[in-house]
Amino acid sequence: MNAVFQATIEFLKLYWAPLLCGVAVVAILPLIAGYIVLVERKIMADMQARLGPMRVGPHGLLQPIADAVKLLIKEDIIPDNADKLVFWLAPVFSVGAALLSLAGLAIGPEFQIAQDINIGILFVVGISALGIFGIVLGGWASNSHYSLMGALRSSAQLVSYETAAGMALVSALLFTGTLNIKSIVEAQSKEGIWFVMLAPVAFFTYLVASIAETNRAPFDLPEAESELVAGYMTEFSGFRWSLYFLAEYTNMIVVASVATTLFLGGWLRPFASVTWLTFLDFVPPVLMIAIAAYCVLRMPKQPTRVQQLFMLAVAGLCFVVALVLAAPVVLPVIKPSLREAVAPFYAGIHGGFWFIFKVSAYIYLFMWLRFTLPRYRFDQLMRLGWRFLIPLSIINVLLVGVALIAGAYFHLQGWGLLLVTTPAAILALVAAFLILAIEKEHDARQDQTAASDFYAG
Amino acid sequence: MLDKVLFYFFAGIAVASAALMVTRRNVVHSAIFLITALLATAGIFLQLRAEFLFIVQIILYVGGIMVLFVFVIMLVNLDVALHQIQFARQKWVALFVALALAGQAGVMFWSSGKMPGQGFPVLTAAAAEHLPANSETVAHSLFESYLLPFEIASVLLLVAMIGAVVMAKRRT
Amino acid sequence: MLPIGHYLFLSLALFIIGVIGVVTRRNVIVVLMSIELILNAVNINLVAFSRLYGDVAGQVFALFIIADAAAEAAVGLGIIIAFFRNRETVLADEMDLLKW
Repeated sequence: MNAVFQATIEFLKLYWAPLLCGVAVVAILPLIAGYIVLVERKIMADMQARLGPMRVGPHGLLQPIADAVKLLIKEDIIPDNADKLVFWLAPVFSVGAALLSLAGLAIGPEFQIAQDINIGILFVVGISALGIFGIVLGGWASNSHYSLMGALRSSAQLVSYETAAGMALVSALLFTGTLNIKSIVEAQSKEGIWFVMLAPVAFFTYLVASIAETNRAPFDLPEAESELVAGYMTEFSGFRWSLYFLAEYTNMIVVASVATTLFLGGWLRPFASVTWLTFLDFVPPVLMIAIAAYCVLRMPKQPTRVQQLFMLAVAGLCFVVALVLAAPVVLPVIKPSLREAVAPFYAGIHGGFWFIFKVSAYIYLFMWLRFTLPRYRFDQLMRLGWRFLIPLSIINVLLVGVALIAGAYFHLQGWGLLLVTTPAAILALVAAFLILAIEKEHDARQDQTAASDFYAG
Repeated sequence: MLDKVLFYFFAGIAVASAALMVTRRNVVHSAIFLITALLATAGIFLQLRAEFLFIVQIILYVGGIMVLFVFVIMLVNLDVALHQIQFARQKWVALFVALALAGQAGVMFWSSGKMPGQGFPVLTAAAAEHLPANSETVAHSLFESYLLPFEIASVLLLVAMIGAVVMAKRRT
Repeated sequence: MLPIGHYLFLSLALFIIGVIGVVTRRNVIVVLMSIELILNAVNINLVAFSRLYGDVAGQVFALFIIADAAAEAAVGLGIIIAFFRNRETVLADEMDLLKW
């Protein structure tokens, strides 16, 4: 018994940091997901020329709390002939896969969520693929036609776009030669150029594939209200539904983090390796001070006293964040001897800021596309995945590989690689247009024979 | 100590899930238990420091093959099947033969007088800290020594894909 | 790593359970799933020995087995779907006519 106790203490001494991070993530992430939903509703409102949730709390900021409370106290309805084991297990699969895949990510150079895994990116992508089971089993366990159809459609969509997403990631991984997340960002720092400029077609493919992977519009047919009454989530109410919902928004965060790490330079500031642009280090604190100033300026225009105080509080918070961000960059200017002492703080704090900024920009792009584009029909969706994206991503891998070999032959590095990868990107675009032209001709011939598609309607 | 705990944990889940899988009446339950058995096997791979194979098992086996199985189960699922006999008519003979196989292995271990693994030229594996990076080693091996089997495997997968599409297509 | 015997016993146990599943069950899909279990037992064996001898060839072989299992599962399930479409059954002893 004593040996077991000793072994447990040893284990805790070694792994207390990842365990703490894990507990913190699982505890805080539902709150963050709730606030991402609030941001989405506000952005949706802004794009639709209205205000969004404004009632619950100042500017609707307590809306997620109210939603969470509502979901928790709702009655848990289980359909009549539903399979109880699978009905219970399905949301657990979804949310477990989504949260577990978060463990492989890193927000800063020393800021991994769990561990610096050697197979980092592959771990994240592979584990998030386990979420498919949550959808399929949930749809089946509901014992309802709409749910089963929605589940089969959704999982067919996810499986189809997984290959395209993987190939797009491979095109970017060709530049790094490793799957380790820290090494990928360090490779971008070493080359001095983000991989989005070296492999733009891969970024575009990953963007489209990741929208389909997370079941977001315009690929949200499986959960669209007008089509399938929320698809596989129809029969899940209350807390079970909130698990699916949490899984979906966590998947969004995971996918955005993967794209940020691999394409957008992770935690590097723009032009991280260019020394004469170090004044860009002051952008984060200046940005936060600008937001604080804006809040202070808008304060007198608020209708009620509560909202005025709230604006002041937000301004104060932004100012504090600005101070925290300014400390690692201002102190070395004032006292140059502090430069080495402050360096890890700089990497951690500023790295975290830039990472969260880029992830938020990617998620904002998701939301923008949701409120702009109409929904894809299911056969159009499948056709886009199988007959456009997968051939395009495979061709892109080939072209990027050839470009890399040419680059290594001419000993190109950093920005010089653009000389070989831009022709590769142009050729990939030409290939894309060729595929689209072939598809159009195929469609014209299909319309003549008028064969009906199995999945349409 | 951590190694032991991990091994017994994953091994227990694997054997229990496997035993449950072959005895369930409901095919979807069997599929779920196979998924947990495969995840436990992936855990064993991770405990053996084969991290690339761990993630390949999860992506391909659990995320690919089992999704395929679950799809097909939903396409051919008959409620009638739940009330039918689950085990074949030859079940007692079959069980006896399978247990005879297990007994054979047991006799082999017993009569040799040694524990499995005793007498092997290498008794203890290299320490985990001195292992080279697993993905890189597998990649080097795959693309240098075993390039031909790799290419043949790709052709095999292509053939299987074409075969599956042809088999499952409707003959209109 | 634990002594190799542990992994051999685990592999043997999974193999036996898989064999029992293959020879005992009527539902062809469960038979296919038991075959996957057998292949996994073999994989555990291979990876354990690969770790013992420090030779990565065992893991590469296991990788090929996984790819092969994928191919076989795809074709097998295609056959099951084709058969189900014609005879409406997935039970092994009802598949008893060579031509109908």
